[in-house]
Amino acid sequence: MIFDGIASRSDNTSLSRRSFLASGGALGGGLMLSLSLPFGRADAAMADGFAPNAYVRIGNDGQVVLTMPYVEMGQGTYTSIPMLIAEELEVNLKQVRLEHAPPNETLYANPLLGVQATGNSNAMRGAWKPMREAGAAARIMLVAAAANRWGVDASSCQAQDGAVTHVPTGRRLTYGEVAADAATLPIPSNVTLKSQADFKLIGTPAKRLDVSGKINGTAVYGIDARPAGVKIATLAQSPVFGGRVKSLDDTGAKAVKGVRQIVRLDDAVAVVADHMGAAKKGLAALKIEWDEGTHSGLDTQTIARELDQATLGAGAIAQSIGDVDKAIAGAVTKVEVSYQVPFLAHATMEPMNCTAHFRKDECEIWIGSQAIARVQRMAAEAAGLPQDKVIVHNHLIGGGFGRRLEADGAIRAVQIAKQVDGPVKVVWTREEDIQHDMYRPYWFDRISAGLDEQGRPVAWKNRFAGSSVIARWLPPAFNKGLDPDSTEGAIDLVYDLPNFQVEFMRVEPPAILTAFWRSVGPSHNVFVTESFIDELAVAAKQDPVAYRRALLDNTPRAKAVLDLAAEKAGWGQKLQERVGRGVSLQNVFGSYMAQVAEVEVAKDGTVRVRRVVCAIDCGTVVNPDTVQAQIQSGIIFGATAAVYGEITLKNGRVEQTNFDTYQMIRMNEAPAIEVHVVKSTEPPGGLGESGTSAIVPAIANAIFAATGKRLRKMPADVSLLKA
Amino acid sequence: MAFTINVNGQAQNVDVDGDAPLLWVLRDVLGMTGTKFGCGMALCGACTVHINGVATRSCITTIDSIEKAKITTIEAVGATPAGAQIQKAWLDHEVVQCGYCQSGQIMSASALLASKPQPTDADIDEAMSGNICRCGTYVRIREAIKLAAQANK
Repeated sequence: MIFDGIASRSDNTSLSRRSFLASGGALGGGLMLSLSLPFGRADAAMADGFAPNAYVRIGNDGQVVLTMPYVEMGQGTYTSIPMLIAEELEVNLKQVRLEHAPPNETLYANPLLGVQATGNSNAMRGAWKPMREAGAAARIMLVAAAANRWGVDASSCQAQDGAVTHVPTGRRLTYGEVAADAATLPIPSNVTLKSQADFKLIGTPAKRLDVSGKINGTAVYGIDARPAGVKIATLAQSPVFGGRVKSLDDTGAKAVKGVRQIVRLDDAVAVVADHMGAAKKGLAALKIEWDEGTHSGLDTQTIARELDQATLGAGAIAQSIGDVDKAIAGAVTKVEVSYQVPFLAHATMEPMNCTAHFRKDECEIWIGSQAIARVQRMAAEAAGLPQDKVIVHNHLIGGGFGRRLEADGAIRAVQIAKQVDGPVKVVWTREEDIQHDMYRPYWFDRISAGLDEQGRPVAWKNRFAGSSVIARWLPPAFNKGLDPDSTEGAIDLVYDLPNFQVEFMRVEPPAILTAFWRSVGPSHNVFVTESFIDELAVAAKQDPVAYRRALLDNTPRAKAVLDLAAEKAGWGQKLQERVGRGVSLQNVFGSYMAQVAEVEVAKDGTVRVRRVVCAIDCGTVVNPDTVQAQIQSGIIFGATAAVYGEITLKNGRVEQTNFDTYQMIRMNEAPAIEVHVVKSTEPPGGLGESGTSAIVPAIANAIFAATGKRLRKMPADVSLLKA
Repeated sequence: MAFTINVNGQAQNVDVDGDAPLLWVLRDVLGMTGTKFGCGMALCGACTVHINGVATRSCITTIDSIEKAKITTIEAVGATPAGAQIQKAWLDHEVVQCGYCQSGQIMSASALLASKPQPTDADIDEAMSGNICRCGTYVRIREAIKLAAQANK
């Protein structure tokens, strides 16, 4: 493997002419971009080798460089995407070098989002076909170039390990040796992809390509960028959302050794210094008086009440089957409850940061972003420059989880950099990072069901209110009061429910912004749905697994994962007192998943997740180790939210500040996790977030099994669970 | 004020206030960015270095408290036997995801292994619970420490 740090392309001019992707439509309707082969002969040529498309470059020295349209934030995409290309290109992973894609919405848009972004667990779903096609097209051209050289038919040649062999004679030319010739050939108009039986890489465990620098301190994250002469800044933003700086006394701050400059913005103050230690010391010495604005009385309870009230009215109908009101009216048993989930911060381990160098007619940015083109666009607006005058260098990401789909950190850095001579790295303290996050929305659900004599659900009605992140982030995808994210996991359930209705009402909280948070819409919807089906099983006096299973005749993939998880978890086997098992089942992000959590509730109410058994059918597995790793990761992330996660507001400000008040599951609390994979040849499903949405209800259901207490509000309230 | 500190066997002269945290001297003054910032309050362990072999949170360690003590960072821990064993186990066991916290995890784990060649689960809990991993690599960290310890048998 060649890995000497991951290069960042900032010269998007050389790529923009090789525009080969046909762009179309909006989000939510499947594959929106497709390879529009062939493209012009001149486009495939480059000065020193061969670049048949925006992802593959082969130099005359044989170096294979793959440009990554998705960003690496720990989810393994810098290994799995190269596997797709390498499978068809016939190179091994040790021969490739990776580059971050530059901002270019035309070349590098996510096919499932329509914009250049990595999120919603859809990199593999979007890349599955186009990336293999990109590799195959390049291989066909390289083989043709070698065949021409020898004057033989291409069908008598074979590509393997970065070289072409003429099978009858054993003659061999490396890709580097034929790269220049290949660049002059027409690009094939259609390519045939390998059948699954012929895969050499896909489905086999591949070592991650991004790791070696991450164990010796050489990997470069956004926060590690150090352009020559860079100063370090940290900032205080108005503690009350929407507030402004009223007065500032910076005398003390200016006296701190190493402090160079104080930058006053309308709603924030930054201290620029030689190092972050001096910047923080200077920040502490500032005397800022804030005009708190109109939100100084805002608290979480007010927001929750508003959402509660909203669910008494009618929302936009996301899905309707049969006649739900009539069916409930005629039901033998009726169950009606409400659920709520809190605001959550992302708390990526790498705090928010961005380095910016504002010059007279251009601006340069160093950042780790999940949406680099968005950063470029919004930084350009903040800088007052045309977009092509903003040069953006992307970096490895120290945790994304949706936080780095936002450009607020870049905007702040540009605002500050405009007043600073030379490059400035703006690093948020952890307190700023938590108190000025853009949060996972607070949602409130009012849900009801009717059961027949056998306890089987004949009606299901869910009306929920909360923020639509999509409406702000990708406005065209918010239509008629609905968006595809807010309702995922609440509609298209795996269960056979003859009368079914789900309504959503978008209600934005005052002042605070919401954002995507790992497992997005399903982070809330699966908690509600899978808690409620558990409640129905209880109302029907039936076992939670058996109750679900009886509703799965039309969804065999769901039934298979449920059966597998239950079997591996020892479902039904006796447990000690105050220990319980809880199950959850979902089909979100294109993958079926069941989890069984085993939870112990101490006499003081403390919740300990001891063991989690997960069964997944994610279609074709690309890198088996990534499947395991992502599910382990997602489960810890979701379990942290279920046990601890809550951002609350009081007097218009966030109450939590750092990891003492916004707690994380740590080594001593981490459950044992088993992941079992159902073999499948379906196209790959998403993985990065599935574990997170599924674990929350599994824990809540396990707590019920252990204590008889049904938690309808997350996180688990210890005071309700005392023995 | 001028201080001379010993980082990875080299004397480094820095001119900062005595209460400047070691973390920022390493990262911003000396340009050694392998040591990471996570919380600034010794709550997350991302900034862990060794001071005379002891895992120490550099974000709350002031420069004037170090004197002649030997500082080892992630950039050089691979030169110690325990550090090399831990790094190898991390690679072999594919521990890393986003990787941001792993400098600190590796520093904590290598200090543990150097002092306890055969750590128990309780030892691992005690040594590693100060290090947060938001990617949730705990399961693999535990396994990798045990894997590294096998080399000591």
